Amino acid sequence: MCTREALAVATCVIVFGGCAGTAPRETPNLGRAATQAEIAGWDISIAPDGRGLPRGAGTPADGALVYAQKCQVCHGDKGVGGPNDRLVGGQGTLASKTPVRTIGSYWPYATTVFDYVRRSMPFFQPHSLTDSEVYAVTAYLLSLNGIIGEQDVMNAETLPKVKMPNRDNFILVQPWKPRVQ
Amino acid sequence: MRPRRRDRRFDDARDAAGNGVLDRRAFLRGGAGAVATGAFMAYAPSDASAASPPETPSGMTTPGAPLSPYGSPATFEREVTRTLIRSQPGTTGAGASRTPLEALEGMITPSGLHFERHHNGVPTIDPAQHQLLIHGMVARPLIFTVASLQRYPMESRIHFLECSGNSALMYGATPPTLTCGQTHGLVSCSEWTGVPLRLLLEEAGVDPRADWVLAEGADAAAMSRSVPMAKAMDDAMLALYQNGERLRPENGYPVRLFLPGYEGNMSVKWLRRIKVTDTPTMTKDETSKYTDLRADGTSLMFTYPMEVKSVITRPAPGLKMTGPGLYELSGIAWSGRGKIRKVEVSADGGQTWAEAVLAAPVLAYALTRFRIAWKWNGAPTVLKSRATDDAGRVQPTRDELIAQQGANVVYHYHAIQAWRVESTGEVKNVYA
Repeated sequence: MCTREALAVATCVIVFGGCAGTAPRETPNLGRAATQAEIAGWDISIAPDGRGLPRGAGTPADGALVYAQKCQVCHGDKGVGGPNDRLVGGQGTLASKTPVRTIGSYWPYATTVFDYVRRSMPFFQPHSLTDSEVYAVTAYLLSLNGIIGEQDVMNAETLPKVKMPNRDNFILVQPWKPRVQ
Repeated sequence: MRPRRRDRRFDDARDAAGNGVLDRRAFLRGGAGAVATGAFMAYAPSDASAASPPETPSGMTTPGAPLSPYGSPATFEREVTRTLIRSQPGTTGAGASRTPLEALEGMITPSGLHFERHHNGVPTIDPAQHQLLIHGMVARPLIFTVASLQRYPMESRIHFLECSGNSALMYGATPPTLTCGQTHGLVSCSEWTGVPLRLLLEEAGVDPRADWVLAEGADAAAMSRSVPMAKAMDDAMLALYQNGERLRPENGYPVRLFLPGYEGNMSVKWLRRIKVTDTPTMTKDETSKYTDLRADGTSLMFTYPMEVKSVITRPAPGLKMTGPGLYELSGIAWSGRGKIRKVEVSADGGQTWAEAVLAAPVLAYALTRFRIAWKWNGAPTVLKSRATDDAGRVQPTRDELIAQQGANVVYHYHAIQAWRVESTGEVKNVYA
């Protein structure tokens, strides 16, 4: 992954070096160069193919413990019946008059669960879980939805490979343009 | 005698559409000052008008209030506030507040009445501490301070911002019994001033293979959305000012992304990071939310522009008609795909239509004020407005919209709005 990024940067330098002669607009140029260490501290987003996922791992059993402590009060026992968004169930309801949109019935990418929990949850203490706790909660929610097994370990390798049941039911109005490998 | 003459003048005015919609020039004929027009009143009209004011009101006999460092609305306007303020259960800053559209005129929304939609409250950000990182598929990852952004060339543009979920209750089986602003007030319009995002991306040197940027906020939700590179390099702005002053905290102070015409959620507030990427990041708010679930169970994703739309704001639920006579119907129209070309108004439930006057300036991606004279005969009827934008898109009826997409969409509701005027002067939201 590092090599790939290094190649991308090298390509940019070549491309833009080549453009230098085409009358560049004069701009203030007041940005300060960001170091890789600074970027690493800020960059919390996870791509749908898993790029950006950190080290660490968790199982549904680990996640059940975290969930009971940090999530259940808002999202209910096993992801159902809480005052806030329902997280589990709803498969088969999307074409009905009362669709139930949950992680299991609706969300197209498992990486989004990790990304969102890590950046925004728990609601009153965002950024308080360790990466392994986030993997564990993600595993627990995927397991409750019947998408992974109860023993499956979620980590940077396994999470992007999880195929969410509703993924193919999204029609992209804006083209995706997949990355050329 | 005089009332008879006034009536005759408007009897002479050519009806532009059925049930009293008058020619667009009606108010201009013979001087509007001589014309008695009907007045709209807020809830609970009083009979205070029966008493004459004193010949020398107290404000003329004593010095007035002192100079002040920052002005506020008149105390008599204290009921004009953001409305239907709702947050997720157990929270105070994860929800929305609406602009009281029926209380406002013109095209600009006062900054303090701009609608809010936050996902975990309004962060307090010291601009001296705030920084914006641009990184990812760029030759030179860069960090900008707010002070440095102030030195870049700026643009000022008047644009609406509309939450994608505005008017969502109108998908429901029965029309909401709410005010106009409570139903449709997740739209506001401001003059935004800031730095074109393109300038900073060019300084960072974007890899030509990059098709997207991720924008991320510095709030407790770290709200994030993917934006197509074409939009980022076109008219995307890093807004620093709103209506001439620095952004309000609830509108992203000290810097927000602004994407003209696009659903409001994408104009990420409290912007801290732009990551240049090859694919969309597929964040929560572009997958599980802000996607349009259709009747067949499939969903449209990345439906960015807000569609052509209009609503009559006077009269409207929240206001009451004060008896038969001449009124000016007033409303707002907008389109995320360009300028408003025309707005037609009907006072007979849509049987006949007349073109309203569009108040200048008519700008792309801005609220456009429309007005037309209406002589109400006091009988119950249904008012409607129908906007057309310069791309030729016309507002559908509610039935057409739901037939096309279903009623589970939640987002992008933009159908023709019908207001029923009762003989009592009450104005109600109806499906008609």
